[in-house]
Amino acid sequence: MPADTPLSRIRNFSIVAHIDHGKSTLADRLIQNTGGLDTREMKEQVLDSMDIERERGITIKAQTVRLHYTAKDGETYVLNLIDTPGHVDFAYEVSRSLSACEGALLVVDAAQGVEAQTLANVYLALDNDLEIVPVLNKIDLPAAEPDKVKEQIEEVIGLDASEAVMISAKSGLGIEDVLEAIVHRLPAPKEGDRTAPLKAMLVDSWYDAYLGVIVLVRIIDGELKKGQTIRMMGTDAKYPVDRVGVFTPKMVQVDALGPGELGFITASIKEVADTRVGDTITEDKRQTTEMLPGFKPAQPVVFCGLFPVDAADFDDLRAAMGKLRLNDASFSFEMESSAALGFGFRCGFLGLLHLEIIQERLSREFDLDLIATAPSVVYKMRMTDGSEIELHNPADMPDVVRIDHIQEPWIKATILTPDDYLGNILTLCQERRGIQIDLSYVGKRALVAYELPLNEVVFDFYDRLKSISKGYASFDYQMTDYREGDLVKLSVLVNAEPVDALSMLVHRTQADRRGRAMCEKLKELIPHHLFKIPIQAAIGGKVIARETISALRKDVTAKCYGGDATRKRKLLEKQKEGKKRMRQFGKVEIPQEAFIAALKMDG
Amino acid sequence: MSPHKTAGILPFAKVPAAPGFGVYIHWPFCAAKCPYCDFNSHVRRSPVDQPRYVAAFERELKEAARRSAGETVTSIFFGGGTPSLMAPETVGALMDAVAANWTIAPEAEVTLEANPSSVEASRFRGYRAAGVNRVSLGVQALNDPDLRRLGRLHDVKTALEAIRLAREIFPRLSFDLIYARPNQTVETWEAELNQAIDLAADHLSLYQLTIEMGTPFFDLHKAGKLIVPDGELSAELYETTQQITAARGLPAYEISNHAVPGAESRHNLSYWRYGYYAGVGPGAHGRLKGENGQRHAIANEPLPETWLKMVESWDSGALTDEALSLEEQADELLLMGLRLTEGIDLARWRKLAGRDIDRASENDLASHGMIERLGPDRIRATPAGMMVLDAVVADLA
Repeated sequence: MPADTPLSRIRNFSIVAHIDHGKSTLADRLIQNTGGLDTREMKEQVLDSMDIERERGITIKAQTVRLHYTAKDGETYVLNLIDTPGHVDFAYEVSRSLSACEGALLVVDAAQGVEAQTLANVYLALDNDLEIVPVLNKIDLPAAEPDKVKEQIEEVIGLDASEAVMISAKSGLGIEDVLEAIVHRLPAPKEGDRTAPLKAMLVDSWYDAYLGVIVLVRIIDGELKKGQTIRMMGTDAKYPVDRVGVFTPKMVQVDALGPGELGFITASIKEVADTRVGDTITEDKRQTTEMLPGFKPAQPVVFCGLFPVDAADFDDLRAAMGKLRLNDASFSFEMESSAALGFGFRCGFLGLLHLEIIQERLSREFDLDLIATAPSVVYKMRMTDGSEIELHNPADMPDVVRIDHIQEPWIKATILTPDDYLGNILTLCQERRGIQIDLSYVGKRALVAYELPLNEVVFDFYDRLKSISKGYASFDYQMTDYREGDLVKLSVLVNAEPVDALSMLVHRTQADRRGRAMCEKLKELIPHHLFKIPIQAAIGGKVIARETISALRKDVTAKCYGGDATRKRKLLEKQKEGKKRMRQFGKVEIPQEAFIAALKMDG
Repeated sequence: MSPHKTAGILPFAKVPAAPGFGVYIHWPFCAAKCPYCDFNSHVRRSPVDQPRYVAAFERELKEAARRSAGETVTSIFFGGGTPSLMAPETVGALMDAVAANWTIAPEAEVTLEANPSSVEASRFRGYRAAGVNRVSLGVQALNDPDLRRLGRLHDVKTALEAIRLAREIFPRLSFDLIYARPNQTVETWEAELNQAIDLAADHLSLYQLTIEMGTPFFDLHKAGKLIVPDGELSAELYETTQQITAARGLPAYEISNHAVPGAESRHNLSYWRYGYYAGVGPGAHGRLKGENGQRHAIANEPLPETWLKMVESWDSGALTDEALSLEEQADELLLMGLRLTEGIDLARWRKLAGRDIDRASENDLASHGMIERLGPDRIRATPAGMMVLDAVVADLA
């Protein structure tokens, strides 16, 4: 396959959309219409290759497809579609993927209109100076209000939507118009210099069981050829290139990739962790002098402990995490041991969705039963001796007398909601220590911007938001900065023994509420014992909430008769089995189910 | 722990007797099914062919005797179902079958469970003639509304008459009451219990109502239409029961069984002391000695007609017959034995379990007043421990 398509006939673009607005379906149609795959090969949503992506309709890893399209002007164009992860947890990856494009299709559901996530992603696209073509999808739905939605796009985003392409990705309506718009309304890649030293961007990478690490690259200058030795400028590692190719979306090898082109390479790279999204790739013996801007290593922002329910699964869990990390350098883990939960791992994630996805993949793909501790954020502790400590796990909190002050991460949250629910949402944000920075209306929907401490959001913000808005509010956020906060460590004591897995850092104003809720919940969850069990929530030595589980009063089989000892024995064996699933705290046995439920607790 | 303090309340001789060897015969038919009962009982519209069942029992008894050769039968127990639906001739034939297969100890206890209805009482003399020397009457309550609610076919008047007649005819008598019934208060139960003790001979079985899965009461309870005393009230009812029976000379010797010291049910003791016993009839359970000191747990097919065909085909209605592991035997010894106020012999348990009782668990339980030592190798549940015995056993096992 020729790699020397003139730049004027190359378009690199991506699709920006809110979940469920039809991004993947549109991508499928584009592939189908340009003959990338025949109908037989066409699986629904080709790009979302992981089961979990297909099921949840989200894209986790960027993918790319090269389409050959013969336009109405008679010319054949190479259209490189970079499918980006839509979720804010992966904002950095999205931003890097977008920077490999010149344009983007903004897909908006003609019935639902602009959502919070649409905004976040479109801003990322605008930040990367992309040309944006609005596309209204699902215009054949009875509830579609294309004119209103166009107005919204103009009002909220400030984009001219008068020439929005009207389509129905599902029925195939308007797909040709989309292809024409890509050709005529999106710019060709900027002229690069094919003879200059190689300068390429590492857009994404993933692990393939057969080929090893596959690296998705966008060439800026120079040529990338098989046999070259490349150097990753950020990680300062060099590799000989084994394969060079493009996705049609099948992998097809080519001789070389030139400026403006997108493709893949394999280069006997062992781990995805050796490749960093946004890194600059150059030729080792003829290096470019300047790195591409915007490179940053992945930075986990949310942490939680993951423990096997059955301690015997620890090694399997370690192996499974290792496998996931092969493909996801932003997921980090290190061994942790908890008195409550035994041996497990402290894991770092890009955000809550990332956490949820990893957890789900571990249980689904590796069949592991896990307990996850409450998510926590990374706190910065400024110590009295002037040093700074990053705290990933509330259980590791240093002695308070050594702490000068604690800083916590803040986010800027954008919420779009039908105005019926606005009042409750504002209350929720206030309760969570939010600072309102914007409130405006788009038709009947309110657009609210709040600054919020991330620690209030990781707790149960999503669930509460969903429930108070009956699922209609959409939410997105970006990390902003660290701010000093009056944070305290809330410890939970069961029968006077601290339970490390349940301790958390909370704002002093929230401590009472959270402490009470935890005690009440545990009272429901811990079975009666032969003795009274006090449950306390405490800050330092001060108890702020207390409940008591009364002693078991009556638990005996009245009739054990007729010589049937077997039935009783089977019950006893079950009890003994059940005890193995209990965690021992001093003299109290807490079922793991209780931990799981306590950690899931709301408000 | 002070042995001299506790020794006085031991209802039996200080060194408990050997468990003995019992024969249990299950008669699986009832005139009506009680809504709380999950025992193996069946209601048949057409008359039961008793001679055919006798023939089957004879074959199964013979097979059980083959497996327990040399044992001397110290107790026979006709349980059910409703054994008092058997003709006295049937009981006589079954007694003969036991005697034909084993030696019966001269002082053997022969118990028959009976409903206190007038029809059944009319057969009491026949049972006595057949060799029954102890009856256990299913009185269950001493007020008519509760008897109706429990689905019983008799009323209080008939029950009192049956008790009177039984006391006249049989050397020994026990009767059952169910308490912790819906709407029961400590006061009403105290009165009823005192009345029962007035009527009692030397033994009473006092069971707290248990909502068993698969019974109509279970469904009613689940649907919220049957409210039974909660944990606190049922604990109070239990404590009251212990106090009153002890004060009036019928102390508990097992969780739910009370007797004048020396009048304990020897047959049931053989279960709780974890002895050997043969169980014949539909749904019966047995524990028989196997090769090399093994202990076999035998459970019979519960459906009478199927059991009948099995026995007629191969002399046994056993559905399962498994050699218990030592650990399983240790569990059974513990969970049965701790039901008794005499407790268990730890040396015997140790031999089965292959280890000592867990010292830390024991100390914990002792510190909460749940168990106590009666001498160096005997442990028992305290009255407080008895109330939560299932949890205590789980901690010790």
